[in-house]
Amino acid sequence: MGFLASIGRAVLHLLATTGSVSLFAAQALALSTRPPWHWRLIGRQMIDIGYYSLPVVGMTALFTGMVLALQSYTGFSRFAADSAIPTVVVISITRELGPVIAGLMVAGRIGASMAAEIGTMRVTEQIDALTTLSTNPMKYLVAPRLLAGMTMLPLLVLVADAIGVFGGYVVSVHKLGFNPTSYLKRTFDYLQVMDVVSGLVKASVFGFLIALMGCYHGYRSRGGAQGVGAATTQAVVTASILILLSNYLVTELFFSRR
Amino acid sequence: MSTTPKIQVRGLSKRFGPKVVLDGIDLDIAQGESLVVIGGSGSGKSVMIKCILGLIRPDAGSVRIDGEDVTKLDRRGRERVMAKFGMLFQGGALFDSLPVWENVAFGLIQGQGMARAEARAIALRKLQAVGLGAPVAELHPSELSGGMQKRVSLARAIAREPEIILFDEPTTGLDPIMADVINDLIIACVQELGATTITITHDMHSARKIASRVAMIYHGKIIWNGPAADIDRSGNPYVDQFVNGHAEGPIQMEVRPL
Repeated sequence: MGFLASIGRAVLHLLATTGSVSLFAAQALALSTRPPWHWRLIGRQMIDIGYYSLPVVGMTALFTGMVLALQSYTGFSRFAADSAIPTVVVISITRELGPVIAGLMVAGRIGASMAAEIGTMRVTEQIDALTTLSTNPMKYLVAPRLLAGMTMLPLLVLVADAIGVFGGYVVSVHKLGFNPTSYLKRTFDYLQVMDVVSGLVKASVFGFLIALMGCYHGYRSRGGAQGVGAATTQAVVTASILILLSNYLVTELFFSRR
Repeated sequence: MSTTPKIQVRGLSKRFGPKVVLDGIDLDIAQGESLVVIGGSGSGKSVMIKCILGLIRPDAGSVRIDGEDVTKLDRRGRERVMAKFGMLFQGGALFDSLPVWENVAFGLIQGQGMARAEARAIALRKLQAVGLGAPVAELHPSELSGGMQKRVSLARAIAREPEIILFDEPTTGLDPIMADVINDLIIACVQELGATTITITHDMHSARKIASRVAMIYHGKIIWNGPAADIDRSGNPYVDQFVNGHAEGPIQMEVRPL
């Protein structure tokens, strides 16, 4: 019976958390549509998420594109399908790897820093202080981060797509002996607008989830430095899991349309 | 002189899980009065002022500010009432991402929508009132000593010239001289603004200096309440023990022998 009870507790806990995260998100989104808008804060978050994540996202995208070309070559050359490599690289990157890899990297970078910053503000009573100064902390802290996450991740992924395809191109042309012109031609011949768009939609969803997890766990952190540390871990872990989960759901959504 | 007290607390109760923190607090604070609430650590002092501020929702009871029950207000109404309050947090709770002057001006800029230049001028005047010059205004809170942070925090609490100011252990963690400087500043600021104040502290020197009336809270109840001058002849053994700081008496600290 103890076994069943523990399953029940876990399920109840999951449902309660889902509910409180949803309420948290709904409240922040509702507030973000009403004035006053904190342009300064939104701008700062956009720069932090979009600009300062460029090196880490660019680097991971580059190596992913490179290894993708190399691995596809190893497999495809066995049945003389090397000519499919440009297409495989560009579709894998735009549809799948660009958004997921950028999402996971940003979850580590931004999700963690949001949770740590908001968590520290919580345990040092800065969030209470905001309230006493007639400022809604949900609107001042959470809404700008959600907006910046949703808008900046697609832009980051667009850059990651380009760099990833470039990585595949460099390896194919310089190591595998492809002709540069025909490689580029093949890259774009079979690429459809929907491939890129579905990747960008994913990116926006991921950006929202990353910011939501960072803010939610930070906002609810308790008990000093240890609590903030736990909140940071939780933010990164839950964001990463939700990214992979929603990745499947969004893919299924786009896939079943065609 | 109206007969409605500035703040009227009736039957205020709050529990966290099985732990009863506030157990039916009744308190009247008249306009312009300086009430000091004394009591040991964990006696519910902080929770009481957070309930009065509306940061914590009480389980039962009412808090009337100028006769208006604030526990039943919606978000908008609460923000309106919040403009009457200033709060000095125990740890200062300064926003460490903003320079000192913007911390002081925060309520003016964010809460009242004042232009930044105008708010800055007011902030500099308030900083001067607590003995801090213009060079300090550009620093960040992390660059200040503990005493300076407390003074900045005080300047922030009085920047909007609130009708009610709450002080959460204003002298805790300061050396005796700085503690007395803060006491003097509190008295000066309060006299100039004519504000009603509630101070929670366990620093008896500070309590004697700034109180016009003293209330003692023990196990979530107000056990004594009287003019500051009567504190040494309260006839209440609990108050006597606390005021004189004896380990022996009716208040038993839960300390197990080693």
